[in-house]
Amino acid sequence: MALSLFLQSLVNGLNQGAIYALIALGYTMVYGIIRMINFAHGDFIMVGSYTLFYTVPLMINAGMPAFLAVFAAIAVCVAVGVAVEVIAYRPVRNAGSMSALITALAMSVFLENLAMVLFGASPKSIATIFTLPTFQFLGATLQLKYLLTLGIGIAMMIALQLFVKKTRLGKAMRAVPQDKEASVLVGIHVNKIITITFAIGSGLAAVAALMYCATYPRATMDMGSMMGLKAFIAAVLGGIGIIPGAMLGGLVVGLIEIFVKVYIAPGWYEAITYGILIVVLLVKPAGILGKNVGEKV
Amino acid sequence: MLKLSNLNVCYGAIHAIHDVSLEVKDGEIVSLIGANGAGKTTILRSITGLHQAKSGSVEYNGQDLLKTLPSRIVTLGVAHVPEGRHVFPTMTVEENLEMGAYMGKDRERIKESIKEIFQRFPRLEERKKQLAGTLSGGEQQMLAVGRALMSRPGILLMDEPSMGLSPILIREIFDIIKEVHKQGITVLLVEQNAKMALSIADRAYVLETGRIVMTGTGRELLNNADVKKAYLGA
Repeated sequence: MALSLFLQSLVNGLNQGAIYALIALGYTMVYGIIRMINFAHGDFIMVGSYTLFYTVPLMINAGMPAFLAVFAAIAVCVAVGVAVEVIAYRPVRNAGSMSALITALAMSVFLENLAMVLFGASPKSIATIFTLPTFQFLGATLQLKYLLTLGIGIAMMIALQLFVKKTRLGKAMRAVPQDKEASVLVGIHVNKIITITFAIGSGLAAVAALMYCATYPRATMDMGSMMGLKAFIAAVLGGIGIIPGAMLGGLVVGLIEIFVKVYIAPGWYEAITYGILIVVLLVKPAGILGKNVGEKV
Repeated sequence: MLKLSNLNVCYGAIHAIHDVSLEVKDGEIVSLIGANGAGKTTILRSITGLHQAKSGSVEYNGQDLLKTLPSRIVTLGVAHVPEGRHVFPTMTVEENLEMGAYMGKDRERIKESIKEIFQRFPRLEERKKQLAGTLSGGEQQMLAVGRALMSRPGILLMDEPSMGLSPILIREIFDIIKEVHKQGITVLLVEQNAKMALSIADRAYVLETGRIVMTGTGRELLNNADVKKAYLGA
């Protein structure tokens, strides 16, 4: 009994954590390039979820696998992400980090209220996305889709890491935050690189939305803010700007959440998550995988 | 050929560059000397679009650089080695060189260029896997020059290459400039070290508070009494 409960919590925690990790990857990508926290990033999950609410039934009616709706969600999220960047963030880019932060918070509030106007305040149920088998293992119920979430999370992390390390575009993404002027001098179109970064981050949010909706099939206007906050904590915990750090941080936050709910008290998980964040930041301000280097100007 | 005509540049309300006109012909080394704050760096930054000029024109081989997107300028054959080197600190030496050929499409050619740079700067090859931020000042300067050469430029704009370097390294950097020039690359050199700058220059301009006040061959200016008094400490 004890073992099965432990296994069950582990699986649930990893699933929850992988979803956070997918969102945290988006935060970390954007932060890594322009040193800006995109607080509207969580709301891109909401955008993706509403897109899934409308497109999953379309896929099912057309006799196609429901998960293909994710491509519509990616398209919509990328469009919204790029629009937010170009319309709201670009004009304040040289106005200092405080302006950028406030603009991002405002964007988050705007997107949530826009969703309420467009889709109403009541939650929307999303049709079943995956019909994958579940099996029993040592008394725990393992859902194959949970494994899929974890697999997708890890695959995305590896793909992103390779992209940033090996490709020409990825190298440009690393060059821009190191030295903007030198980047321009070697021919990097800085605004274009930033827009591409937002496109990738928003696309990841759409994938996170798919995996979230597979577990919790509900779209609400404010779903993004809470999840965004947790994923942000995950990114900071792992070391913001570091791609494997986002993955690790996501899994840690997910596991803490589930284990505290099961073993300590359901109401305590947030307090404990934030408490651990504070302790980690006190001991290692750059995060678990962060390198302690002073920010160079 | 690079030609600046009546260039005016402002920083907010401060008019930093007044009607500067200068010319660099193919195959020349032209030096721009002047005191700290005279506007030498500003002129180079306006040429490559890092700072927007207010009026005037900057022509390179018939193209108006002031109307060119800054990130496209390197593709026209203008490479800028900025003041303070500006290498990418958390990239390796090799990656820094690769970034220099960011606009290059031909992978084989890029590899060949890296090999050439390593031949010219053996010390960079020894450190090719090292992060650029951990190099010494002289090595970073070499890397900055190497990175600029990776774009196979027609003209090299060098901003204070001697800054912060020991006399031996300064000599080394000037030898590199001469060597680069010998291979057919035109050079526009901005320097506070007037003596070195004038001695390798075909022609030179003297900049004072944003205005060109004198021009001539390097030798003429070296022997000019005013220049001697103001810049050569004699």
